[in-house]
Amino acid sequence: MIELIKEPWAWYVAGPLISLVMFILLYFNKTFGISSSLDTLCTIGGAGRISSFFKIEWKSRVWNLVFAVGALIGGFIASNYLKNDHAIELNDHTMDVLHGYGIDNAGEEFLPTQLFNWNSLFEPKGFVLMIVGGFLIGFGTRYAGGCTSGHAISGLSNLQLPSLIAVIGFFFGGLITVHLIFPYLF
Amino acid sequence: MKNIKFLFAGILFGIVLTKSEVISWYRIQEMFLFDNFHMYGVIGSAITVGIIITQLIKRTKLKSIEGTEIVIKPKDKQFIKSILGGTIFGMGWAMTGACPGPLYILVGNGFTVFVVVLLGAVMGTFVYGLLRNRLPH
Repeated sequence: MIELIKEPWAWYVAGPLISLVMFILLYFNKTFGISSSLDTLCTIGGAGRISSFFKIEWKSRVWNLVFAVGALIGGFIASNYLKNDHAIELNDHTMDVLHGYGIDNAGEEFLPTQLFNWNSLFEPKGFVLMIVGGFLIGFGTRYAGGCTSGHAISGLSNLQLPSLIAVIGFFFGGLITVHLIFPYLF
Repeated sequence: MKNIKFLFAGILFGIVLTKSEVISWYRIQEMFLFDNFHMYGVIGSAITVGIIITQLIKRTKLKSIEGTEIVIKPKDKQFIKSILGGTIFGMGWAMTGACPGPLYILVGNGFTVFVVVLLGAVMGTFVYGLLRNRLPH
């Protein structure tokens, strides 16, 4: 059994389990949406003194930080106790594109560590991928009113039109980065 | 202590997204290059099962753990912010290969530099709060 769990999980296992997490949170009277933890962090950091947007009763939002810490621990457990040894099996065309960008060991880890590491934070590529990318995640999710969990999963599950529009935006933005920005960046 | 249940829900979420490789930058590149069905399958099946769950909750008037009826809040009907904010987030999603959940999960996987990406996201959220009244919604 444990050997089976250590294999990569198929999409049809992962998707329904994500819906299960959504259900658990609804059952606990909460909404599945991870980006809310980012505004809770802003509020705890004192942002309410500067912008009324962050003047919220953060004690009622502690649960989403607890959930986020749980996610971090889940990542730790999976990487230490449920890991397999093979590389991620990537599509050949993706491998070719990444090879053209100078990424040769694609799939050996979850991400290209030659680009995502502490030393490359202030090199042009690392700065764009990590710092600009992180900033856009935070700005964009709050502007849109949700991220993949809040809009794509919770919102579309509840047949919300604003969520459909936001998800179209998610894909449009991703296509801009991968097809227009990356060919220049690399 | 009543928050401890959210820790366990988070742990399940972190394990699922790690084992299904959803937290992988490479899987996100494959998705936006239209080279692999995996991410579409994960998100699509999550939504399909999610629609069924949401309908069942509404039709059976299911009670929450606190004994109250589960109410699912509708999203704000503002479309300009959905498309503009969504596009900005999507650009960041493809750059980092992560959405907000995976930011935490990647740190747990030992990619500690994602603490900086997370701080960038907190900063982005803060700047949105500052500019909010001047942006079209």
